[in-house]
Amino acid sequence: MKIVINGEPREVEAETLAALLAECGLSGRVATAVNESFVPSSLRGAHRLHDGDRVEVLAPMQGG
Amino acid sequence: MRAFYGTELPNPLMLGTAQYPSPAILEQAFRASGAGVATVSLRRESGAGQTFWSMIRDLGVLVLPNTAGCHTVKEAVTTAHMAREVFGTPWIKLELIGHTDSLQPDVFGLVEAARILTEDGFQVFPYTTDDLIVGERLLAAGCEVLMPWGAPIGSGRGLNNEYALRAMRAEFPDVPLVVDAGIGLPSHAARAMELGYDAVLLNTAVARAGDPVEMACAMALAIQAGQLAHRADPIEARDMASASTPVIGKAFLS
Repeated sequence: MKIVINGEPREVEAETLAALLAECGLSGRVATAVNESFVPSSLRGAHRLHDGDRVEVLAPMQGG
Repeated sequence: MRAFYGTELPNPLMLGTAQYPSPAILEQAFRASGAGVATVSLRRESGAGQTFWSMIRDLGVLVLPNTAGCHTVKEAVTTAHMAREVFGTPWIKLELIGHTDSLQPDVFGLVEAARILTEDGFQVFPYTTDDLIVGERLLAAGCEVLMPWGAPIGSGRGLNNEYALRAMRAEFPDVPLVVDAGIGLPSHAARAMELGYDAVLLNTAVARAGDPVEMACAMALAIQAGQLAHRADPIEARDMASASTPVIGKAFLS
């Protein structure tokens, strides 16, 4: 399946959002959104991905 | 002292965490100044986020995540939800940018986003202008704090419209008010506190100074001085001199 993760197109095996994070090695404290909608961490396991989905994985960063 | 959603700040310096020469200098700036709040953001995970977060957590300060860079209500609301989950706080510095060059807030979208977020349990710190009516609308939307700009973000111009900031203090006597953005010098920060503001939020003035640690301390001292001065009820300025040394008892020597 082809998805876009943090702006980069990528071919992945994962079928759920939780599996995608594991596949990409994103194990830290992150927040996720799929197709511009927030997906809470508790729903990642149940959230099935579809071809062409746009996934954002955000982490703490410096800010003003 | 006015509390921020029930929390009294241990120190009225709210310090940003961006643009420092190194993480070590950022950490020293916080420890040396005693800043009470750290602003943080969310960006695409690149690997550095986890180290940064553990350093901020070790500082033991209150954390205020922002929605910096958001231009639409939807984007800001989604970012706020993501920030709440990552940082584990209902506090959100709501930034909704309306103009690219001045980074002036889109106050119409700001009010709408503030309403959506407060209804969802967020404790919103809106980055706003010094407009009184916008302030009223933000309070009506559920905000219990207002953060008017001193000047555009990163400009270092100080308090562009002191009259408006004073009017805001007078109009909202019970609301915690923060001057957010535009501070360049400790004297600007002191002035904000002399006006009766409850805190000052700044980043660039410290992070981009030649010595950020010294500047962070200077800001903290200025803020403390301004706060004490406000509490001490300063004298009114006058046009003519008024002798301070008593005239009575002066020797006749001429």
